[in-house]
Amino acid sequence: MARKRVSIRNHSAESALFMRRTLVVFIAIICAIGGLITNLYYLQVSSFESFQTRSNDNRISVQTVPPNRGLIYDRNGIVLAENRPVYSLQVVVKKTKNLRQKVNKLRNMLDLTDEEVERFYSRNRYARSYRPILLLDQLTTEEVALFTVNQHQFKGFSIKANLKRYYPFGDAFTHVLGYIAKINSKDLKRIEAKGETARYRGTNFIGKLGIEKYYEELLHGQPGQRQVEVDSWGKVIRVLNFTPPIPGKDIKLNIDIQLQLKAQNLLGDTRGSVIVMDTRTGGVLSLVSNPSYDPNLFVQGISSKKYNELLNSRDRPLINRATQGRYPPASTIKMQMALLALDTKVITEHTKIKDPGWWIVPGSKRRFRDWKRWGHGEVDVNHAIEQSCDTFFYDASYKIGIDRMNPFMKQFGFGEYSGLDLGEETKAIMPSREWKRARYNAPWYDGDTISVGIGQGYWTVTPIQLTQATAILARKGEIITPHILHSIVSEAGAFTPPKKMTVPIKLNDEHYWDIALKAMHGVTSKKTGTAHRAFAKTSYSVAGKSGTAQVISIKEDEEYDADKLKEHQRDNAMFVAFAPYETPEIVATVVLENAGGGSSNAAPIIRDLFDEYFENIKPKQQLDF
Amino acid sequence: MVSTKAQKSIFYRLHIDPWLLLGIFSLMVLSLLTLHSVSPDWVVPQLIRLGIAMSAMIVMAQIPPEVYQRWTPTVFIICVLMLVAVLIFGHTGKGAQRWLDLGFTKFQPSEIMKLIMPFAVAYFISQYTLPIRLSKAFIALLIVIVPTLLIAKQPDLGTSILVASSGLFVLFLSGISWLYIGIALAAILAFVPVLWFYLMHDYQRTRVMTLFNPEADPLGAGYHIIQSKIAIGSGGVWGKGWQQGTQSQLEFLPERHTDFIFSVFSEEFGFVGILLLLTIYLFIIGRGLWIANKAQDAFTKLVAGSIILTFFVYIFVNIGMVSGLLPVVGVPLALISYGGTSIVTLLAGFGVLMSFNTHKRFNIK
Repeated sequence: MARKRVSIRNHSAESALFMRRTLVVFIAIICAIGGLITNLYYLQVSSFESFQTRSNDNRISVQTVPPNRGLIYDRNGIVLAENRPVYSLQVVVKKTKNLRQKVNKLRNMLDLTDEEVERFYSRNRYARSYRPILLLDQLTTEEVALFTVNQHQFKGFSIKANLKRYYPFGDAFTHVLGYIAKINSKDLKRIEAKGETARYRGTNFIGKLGIEKYYEELLHGQPGQRQVEVDSWGKVIRVLNFTPPIPGKDIKLNIDIQLQLKAQNLLGDTRGSVIVMDTRTGGVLSLVSNPSYDPNLFVQGISSKKYNELLNSRDRPLINRATQGRYPPASTIKMQMALLALDTKVITEHTKIKDPGWWIVPGSKRRFRDWKRWGHGEVDVNHAIEQSCDTFFYDASYKIGIDRMNPFMKQFGFGEYSGLDLGEETKAIMPSREWKRARYNAPWYDGDTISVGIGQGYWTVTPIQLTQATAILARKGEIITPHILHSIVSEAGAFTPPKKMTVPIKLNDEHYWDIALKAMHGVTSKKTGTAHRAFAKTSYSVAGKSGTAQVISIKEDEEYDADKLKEHQRDNAMFVAFAPYETPEIVATVVLENAGGGSSNAAPIIRDLFDEYFENIKPKQQLDF
Repeated sequence: MVSTKAQKSIFYRLHIDPWLLLGIFSLMVLSLLTLHSVSPDWVVPQLIRLGIAMSAMIVMAQIPPEVYQRWTPTVFIICVLMLVAVLIFGHTGKGAQRWLDLGFTKFQPSEIMKLIMPFAVAYFISQYTLPIRLSKAFIALLIVIVPTLLIAKQPDLGTSILVASSGLFVLFLSGISWLYIGIALAAILAFVPVLWFYLMHDYQRTRVMTLFNPEADPLGAGYHIIQSKIAIGSGGVWGKGWQQGTQSQLEFLPERHTDFIFSVFSEEFGFVGILLLLTIYLFIIGRGLWIANKAQDAFTKLVAGSIILTFFVYIFVNIGMVSGLLPVVGVPLALISYGGTSIVTLLAGFGVLMSFNTHKRFNIK
């Protein structure tokens, strides 16, 4: 249709019309450009002098003033993370003459390495001439003094003071505090997504890990703004308007430095972790993961060689074992399992079974061995916890079944995040039929239940979960959430963490708690208890439980022989305990990787920590708790 | 016109116009020089974008005009639908919804609309004898207004102005009666209060207010314009020299690599540099209008004319805004500013011009 119309159109008339319009347009464009040029002529030629003066003399620049990051204290007010002034030497190339000659002079004066000089020149090549360029980072005070005395010889060179994060205790608090480091592109994206670009203007650092990351919001602060007049070299002449930055909030942690350092000391070279927590508040008094590393390396910018060393080390120092280490809980959960057996009426307080040293799943030939080859003889629940009898719990867990175990144990926090104020945490695994189906696409077997019944098999926990579960046990079912932050210094009163699980665990008979706790007390107080030696003659009463977790599975008839095994295949030693037994105040968990038996290796560490707490720390801080 | 073999040069066979290419290359050189001065970091990414834009131009130049005409309605309707989609699902960046996320990439449908608008209006108009009647003109206006409002709603004032003007240019070039034009202008003037009170965002209003009196708020809204004027003015006749512009080097100027790049250029190359730049622009515009006049039918003439006029609008609005004549609406300086999409659309437009110039539908003997 359109085509037909084209054929009867008067093309030459249309072309002429179009040409006329184009001509009009062209004239209009010439006029418009003429208008622009007139205006530009006015700006650049007629008013040149006035604008040149304004350009030279009156420059108003808006600068962002970054806030100081909040400090972090331990519960006694000792600084764990501070901001230290560091000095750097910089050069505005435009202001200097004979740059190379001056740099050479400095090279002798300040012992500049060839590499540093090289780097400076390469930075200079790309940076703009008015921008100050870094020559030397982190000058010592002597170097600063030396330069300042001779400053008149170095026009254009200047010392700049900056605040840098510093962790005075090095590797002792890394797994609690984390660290801050240079903002990278991933952080930038997150900042943009949160619409906080303005907050991070003028700042190069952000919390990357631990408390520094978790409480970034509190610690960072708000940048200020300064409107300044600068001269033609960019030097500030006077400040016109100043909105001061709001510094980040100083925070106080529940961590007790004495206990923390002691725990780190006690661990020595052993891989493992220690957690000490207040059972009444959930405040974490000590959280150590060994080995650790120096967080200051990351603030300065760690070299890739050093970083790879940390990353690939067999000891995995970058992992926070206290919250990310997944271990079979072994016998440390026997009290909870006993509670469940009592509550489901699988056993009573007086039920006794005969332990020949092994147990067979009814209707099968599969034999489960007790750690005591010759057996414990006649055992009731009290005895079974005190002496950590496996056979008793094989039988009980067979009767309980996984479907009752999973929901009960979840109430103690197993298989869930503890709610600790650290970003680095894993849920570990509280297995169930559905979990095994999803994970391995296999049905649940009775044998699986039996292993889980003594804290082995598919069940894994983190030390922080174990601490929380033991605290809940000590509190007879009242839920408690561990947390590290004690308070914000400028705000009165302790910080209340958001409650995660608040419904207390209800048993059919409150007396069951007493049965389990009494047995736990027996572990450390009775001659027959597995850990009585470690807790002999304490000035306070203790309840505890050992755990010795197999790292590799031992075949049915094989004997466990620590000496024959390679170091990484040896058992994990674990111990959980709280004290005092009657009125619990603190709870502790120790996990030592590949260290052997729990009672003999892990329990003495808790003993030392409890002694430290009750004899040295508590008397001093009576009022603060 | 007799076409001989000699006329069919290598450029002609590649469907490239050497004169336009020369102009474009000169602008690119100035662009890279200025960007290097702002920060050498911009040079390589800009080169990559220029490469992509050049490829787009060459591809567009290979497509014969008939194909453009045939696909116009489809592409236009898809584009309008995408604009609607942006309003509903769009990505918000800097307080405005402009981006459409396709999963693998994000892009701005309004950029495509800038390119397709003249085609749509020309397609409609060229079905009738020129000059078209009033009733048809109204329909053509509707084609212009709907996408313009959709883009203005995002809100993207700069782009909506460019889209609207590219459509209106077609109407104007098609020879619509001066009487109608007069009436339309009067109507627009009447519309200004409505725009001011109901359609403009607060930040757009501040920009307009600042335009009239930037000195009233030298540290706030007027800061950018004052700094830009100081940069241009202090450049003088000869400029401060390449990489010597204190206003830009000391970071008094905002958006130095994008919208305010003209200020950097003026500060460093002075009035003489500006005259050179404007001469290149004028040369490209002249060549474009020439191509439009030589085009063979109404559709191609109108499209070509509108593309080149839109190119001029870019330049006029940008220079006008940084030198304090127009409000700051966020239009980049054509082919000089850093940035991907605008360069691609502009060069794709030039590709269309080249196609029209080198594909002749029928040989007149």
